[in-house]
Amino acid sequence: MLLIHCPYCGDDRSELEFRWAGEAHIARPEVISEISDEDFAEYFFLRDNTKGIAWERWRHIHGCGRFFNAIRDTVSDKFLLTYEAGLPRQPVPGTEPVSAGGAEGGAA
Amino acid sequence: MAELATRTLPLAGAHGGSASVRLQPAAPANRISLRARPDDVAALSSALKLALPTAPKTSAMNGTRTALWLGPDEWLVIDEGEGGLVEAAASSGALHSATDVSHRNTAILVSGPGAVATLNGGCPLDLSLKAFPVGACARTLFGKIEVVLLRTAEDSFRLECWRSFSDYAFGLLAEAAEDACS
Amino acid sequence: MSNYRIKGAGRLTPARTARFTFDGKIYTALEGDTVASALLANGVHLMGRSFKYHRPRGVLSAGPEEPNALLDVARDAARRQPNVRASVQEVFDGAIIRSQNRWPTLGFDIGSLNNLLSPFFAAGFYYKTFMWPREAWAKLYEPIIRRAAGLGVAPTETDPDHYANRFAHCDVLVAGAGAAGLTAALSAAKTGAEVILVDERADVGGALLFDTSTMIDGKPGYDWAQGVLAELTAMANVRVLTRTTVFGYYNHNFLGLVERVTDHLPNPNRSLPRERLWQVRAKKVMLATGAIERHMVFANNDRPGIMLASAARLYLNHYGVAVGSRIGVYTAHDSAYEAAIDLKKAGVEIAAIVDCRAKPGEALVSAARNLGIEVLTGYSVIDTAGRLRISSMTVARNGSTNHRKIPVDALLMSGGWTPSVHLFSQSRGKLKFDAENQRFLPNIYAENCVSVGACNGTDELGALLAEAAEAGGGSLSVSGEAAFGWTGGMIGAAEGAGKETTVKAFVDFQHDVTAKDIRLAVREGMHSIEHIKRFTTNGMASDQGKLSNMHGLAIAAEMLGKEIPQVGLTTFRAPYTPVTYGTLIAHSRGDLFDPARKTPLHAELVKAGAEFEDVGNWKRAWYFPRRGEDMHAAVNRECRTAREVAGIFDASTLGKIEVVGPDAAKFLNLLYTNAWDTLKPGKCRYGIMTREDGFVYDDGVVGRLAEDRFHVTTTTGGAPRVLHHMEDYLQTEFPDLKVWLTSTTEQWAVIAVQGPKAREIIAPLVEGLDLSNEAFPHMSVAECTVMGVPARLFRVSFTGEVGFEVNVPADYGAAVWKAIWERGQALGACLYGTETMHVLRAEKGYIIVGQDTDGTVTPDDAGYGWAVSKKKTDFVGIRGLKRPDLMREGRKQLVGLLTADPTEVLEEGGQIVANPNQAKPMTMLGHVTSAYWSENLGRSIAIALVAGGRARMGETVYIPMKDKTIAATVTDMVFFDKEGGRIHG
Repeated sequence: MLLIHCPYCGDDRSELEFRWAGEAHIARPEVISEISDEDFAEYFFLRDNTKGIAWERWRHIHGCGRFFNAIRDTVSDKFLLTYEAGLPRQPVPGTEPVSAGGAEGGAA
Repeated sequence: MAELATRTLPLAGAHGGSASVRLQPAAPANRISLRARPDDVAALSSALKLALPTAPKTSAMNGTRTALWLGPDEWLVIDEGEGGLVEAAASSGALHSATDVSHRNTAILVSGPGAVATLNGGCPLDLSLKAFPVGACARTLFGKIEVVLLRTAEDSFRLECWRSFSDYAFGLLAEAAEDACS
Repeated sequence: MSNYRIKGAGRLTPARTARFTFDGKIYTALEGDTVASALLANGVHLMGRSFKYHRPRGVLSAGPEEPNALLDVARDAARRQPNVRASVQEVFDGAIIRSQNRWPTLGFDIGSLNNLLSPFFAAGFYYKTFMWPREAWAKLYEPIIRRAAGLGVAPTETDPDHYANRFAHCDVLVAGAGAAGLTAALSAAKTGAEVILVDERADVGGALLFDTSTMIDGKPGYDWAQGVLAELTAMANVRVLTRTTVFGYYNHNFLGLVERVTDHLPNPNRSLPRERLWQVRAKKVMLATGAIERHMVFANNDRPGIMLASAARLYLNHYGVAVGSRIGVYTAHDSAYEAAIDLKKAGVEIAAIVDCRAKPGEALVSAARNLGIEVLTGYSVIDTAGRLRISSMTVARNGSTNHRKIPVDALLMSGGWTPSVHLFSQSRGKLKFDAENQRFLPNIYAENCVSVGACNGTDELGALLAEAAEAGGGSLSVSGEAAFGWTGGMIGAAEGAGKETTVKAFVDFQHDVTAKDIRLAVREGMHSIEHIKRFTTNGMASDQGKLSNMHGLAIAAEMLGKEIPQVGLTTFRAPYTPVTYGTLIAHSRGDLFDPARKTPLHAELVKAGAEFEDVGNWKRAWYFPRRGEDMHAAVNRECRTAREVAGIFDASTLGKIEVVGPDAAKFLNLLYTNAWDTLKPGKCRYGIMTREDGFVYDDGVVGRLAEDRFHVTTTTGGAPRVLHHMEDYLQTEFPDLKVWLTSTTEQWAVIAVQGPKAREIIAPLVEGLDLSNEAFPHMSVAECTVMGVPARLFRVSFTGEVGFEVNVPADYGAAVWKAIWERGQALGACLYGTETMHVLRAEKGYIIVGQDTDGTVTPDDAGYGWAVSKKKTDFVGIRGLKRPDLMREGRKQLVGLLTADPTEVLEEGGQIVANPNQAKPMTMLGHVTSAYWSENLGRSIAIALVAGGRARMGETVYIPMKDKTIAATVTDMVFFDKEGGRIHG
């Protein structure tokens, strides 16, 4: 049973109160109706399913109700950081920030 | 003119508890789910005559009214008196959402030296006084249901749940209360 | 002699006795005895039969590692549990104990023929033997194996006991209350930390319970432990849980504990739970789980009477029981000497100490010899004899062929001590191999955790106490003096059971795995311990190889010519020892198994005689049978009455979400396929919600109460996920919108009144609203007063009749329902339930999301293409709907089906084909999603998903069933009142 730090509650709470909500930092395209089939597939269907450091969305659904982002090592299940939804992709604590122009960049 | 409708309360007649815990359905109360952005909190606070808490896990009380922080833009405001919460919030002129949930929720009062052990029969929160002092509140789980928990005194809690879950909540509280004695 | 209780020995009170039966015979025990100590006190060693060969077995240990003595322990017929370890279960007065895995009796067991046939039952035998002939598997082999497999017999009666759950938090959880655990707990507690100290035994002390020669702080170890316990118990920040096992160490210092509350009590208070599950979150975990003594692997090392030396010492020093009257000792480690010395001092004859080491410590040897014990160093026990109990051991000098047979009635053995790293391993900690002492020790921690004492390889008492005190974080200073060291010993097969031999030298007693079996596995090509384990089942029994793992590993390593760490160690998994289902379930049984949600009208529905069905967690009125009516008759009557007069229905479970804020319409525009900005306050609209992929996710009527306030309804089952889905988009994709969502499902009791007389029924109860068609037409909503309470009235219909849905605050629901039903009854209306609701809506071709749709259906597939706005530039699903596969011809579409025989009601789920004579596999066109008898139409009706359905109007399709093929004609979905005039009436 994981212990998860909710960035809105400022508190470590039991996994029971949370729901996993998939990979983080996949922004809905601004003009989604115009994108190609390939881009749509990339946006909606394809996920990295990273083994190791992953950026994820969680929701404190039985707590404050907020969605937030987390950096979790999917091998060790350690949470390295949790941060509010809407913030850009955060660097892994103790490492250099991901460069803004990098392919890893992305909003929301 | 039709006859006036009468109220039928969930948990009417429910009683339970043990040597160390008292379980009591709370009296009906007025409640709103209040949503607003940080900029509008001050105006709403003054309209409601109650400083809406902005720190997680805290509540504020004034007279018959209690406001519970549930999320960064969400409060459960309970008025055990005359009510008028929707109107009061509206009078603030501030942007907000106030939705009447007086009948959606019902509450069970849990009190006595075994109250914490009883609640921890189903609630994963750390309810020690250090982590959850008097006045602390949180939306959390109790067994298989979602509840809002408010500590009203060292050994007293108010457990709010949706009405259709109240039989379950009361039943689990009663079982856990029994266990809290041992 | 049948009384092996030694006067003056042990810590139990002779006057406090308990009586129990074992295989029908009455025995006397002392309070505090385990089943094992009580039976041993009565001279009973034979306690079970082994799993595969049905060999007679006695108790091997005095703790949770016990592989042999698994018994069936009962209080009464219903309170019975199989596979209880005799070495753990305390005796209580009246206990009914039976042996297992034998027939007809423990002493004479037909199954022991397997022992004679053992050449046929070598490791991996069933992987090979039962391969052929293939047909025999299901009919012959599997039933036989199933009957033979498994230990014990599960109870068939409902468990009358109850179980409890408790969540707890602490700064420090200490697992194990031996010298290290007690010291660590006291040290931590003195810093003010909240401490939970757990021990699986009834009494604290760990090894100090048997090791009477160790002194701590100038006191005998056991007395010191009792003193520390008293000190801890008196502290408000400490909770001591005895008879409690930490069975699981999970992520982020979350631990599962099982506390055995009443299993030791003769007449437990019924209010007490039998067991209590503790779900503990600890800031820090201190593992003080000690070490487990290993057995020696030699020929016929499994006869009753052969046991671990420390177990015999515990039986003597704690329970006051001698495990025999002439006892042999076979050891590779010093600790067995202490057992022999204690027994000798208690007056028991020690036949000989056989030490396979050539040069054990001089002091110990002379201590034993000074007491008159014969010590044979450089000797081994190479065989034993005795059918139901050991009668002799055969010893030989290592390397010599000269044998000597020594009569004994018990044989103690010690191969040294294996650190208990199970919990550490469960926490995903990484072990390292201590080559010098041939053991695995904690190395890299995955959690905030520390191991102290024997489980950490810290064997020297002074170092152990210092390590534990330091781990606790306090400045506690404890000093101690131990009589012997714990390090050393041997692993693997002993003399006479080596590579070249074919003797039965047991490695895993519970699964009957011998050294030979492990060698066979290697010869068969298994080179990884994971494969060897599965091939031989070594360590796979319920004891999880607590005794066998290291021996198995060493034997495999020797065969492979590799070092132990290269062969690998299997990962330990939770639970450490078996946990009852009752404990894991705890409160979740009976009424508390799952919440049964009842609407505010439930009591009224019960009074009206409703039958209920479960819809999600809700109890919904299904139909209302009158005297003499079956379901069919009741539903037919309800369907007829609703259309001819009116029907009244509890729709309270409908999901409701209040959407409030200046951007409410904008938000709904994004979440539904329809356009909402054009909906005027006071009006409703049917809305369809798709996911981003374009498939229908939910549907419902949305009413606009004000410019900035919508009353959204969802399906009953969809309410929570729809709100979650909406919140997701609102919080993460459209966070700038000024709108908020609140679940109001339970705020309102909803009474649907449908039918020609609906208006007449409710009109007198409604104030402040003109209900005429002109003022309040179909798809209107208004806030008004009903019976003096604020209400929301919807003019909507899920039946095709004039319909109203009266929403009143939930507490008033029952009163309003009663008044409506009173009026309805006078006018000839009926109450109806979900079954009639389903029929009436199907007659009108209204879909139910989740029944007629399945997550692969677009609005257009469902015939609701009109609900998808063509003008909007964005909504969730807009792009998905344009995917080629969603736009192609020939997609499955919802259509109506009319069977050729009007009395034939199709089965929902029935597959549809175009040509019933096609060879298998036939081409499936789709399936029936809804099918009912329609009393109003006098025939059956159905809705189906059919490939290219709307282009098949008038075609005949076929639904092949088990015994016949049903022909049906494809039609449109509206079966009743095709013009749709009634709804506006």
